[in-house]
Amino acid sequence: MSFINYSSREINCKIVYYGPGLCGKTTNLQYIYKKTNPDSKGKMISLATETERTLFFDFLPLALGEIRGFKTRFHLYTVPGQVFYDASRKLILKGVDGVVFVADSQVERMEANLESIDNLRINLAEQGYNLDAIPFVIQYNKRDLPNVVPVGEMKKGLNPRGIPDYEAVATDGGGVFDTLKSIAKLVIMELKQGQPG
Amino acid sequence: MLGSDLVMYEEEFKQIDAELNRLLAQANAKVVFLVDKNGQLIAATGETENLDTTSLASLTAGNIAATGGMAKLLGEKEFSILFHEGQRDNIHISIISQRVVLVVIFDQRSSLGLVRLRVKKSAELLSGIFSELLKKVETGKGAAAGGDSPFAEITDEDIDKLFG
Repeated sequence: MSFINYSSREINCKIVYYGPGLCGKTTNLQYIYKKTNPDSKGKMISLATETERTLFFDFLPLALGEIRGFKTRFHLYTVPGQVFYDASRKLILKGVDGVVFVADSQVERMEANLESIDNLRINLAEQGYNLDAIPFVIQYNKRDLPNVVPVGEMKKGLNPRGIPDYEAVATDGGGVFDTLKSIAKLVIMELKQGQPG
Repeated sequence: MLGSDLVMYEEEFKQIDAELNRLLAQANAKVVFLVDKNGQLIAATGETENLDTTSLASLTAGNIAATGGMAKLLGEKEFSILFHEGQRDNIHISIISQRVVLVVIFDQRSSLGLVRLRVKKSAELLSGIFSELLKKVETGKGAAAGGDSPFAEITDEDIDKLFG
């Protein structure tokens, strides 16, 4: 649910990074934070445990510039990936405009990916959203590791609909901005279609 | 109001801004701001120069969401008021019309009693403004009043430009 302010001429959209524990959601945001012009970003907030596991969410506001005279802001959120934080995950999906699913490419995490994407679908449905109908992209992260599942196989398991998907190495930034750009585009196009009259 | 975008027009924004300013003065508060339940800052007034209002808005919404989750587990509809007491500053948070969140930051120049009293009055007024706004958005009148939709003409190039 975006916020369109005709008074201050701003559009704010909410994008949520979802995925299993330790797949690199926070790393995606950290890279974006690191590489963004200081003028266009706010503080990055991480509600994490002492061992740097996300406890509630990370939050990064990004001002990308103007579209047709409207300042465009994206609020990026991550969810806590660990299975037992499901109650918190549901809360963060409230009012979401677009979802990035970050998959961990390692063979041993494939099951966790599948479980997490099912969990995403269920939690979205609880909020009244259909995963097949909202802006959604997938990122196959950690492609630099030796024990990765071939992309074709990951697509088969996680992306049967053939939505936009990207290979990434979030630690060095590969694919991070491609993913962000793709979801931003889908969210804005959705705004365009969703306009009344 | 699931699925509908929050839209703000000039007219309502002015009304809201005026009400927040009135509350700021009457409650002797430092800062007053209004946040959408999803964490979008709607308006802010008071000593906001050195305050990261965007982050505060997001955390307020997270706070309200977590408290709402607790309420559900207890079989409550919501906990409509939250209060955080600090050594110097205090925060009073209240939910209005189940949709927006009013936040008042105050110090020893004011008191919890005064803030609660004034917030109650403002909440009724703000609630009225928001129901008008929702009506306007639903009937689509606002879009016409606000001129052409800025989105109708968006192209791929516009979006590419955002990323330089």
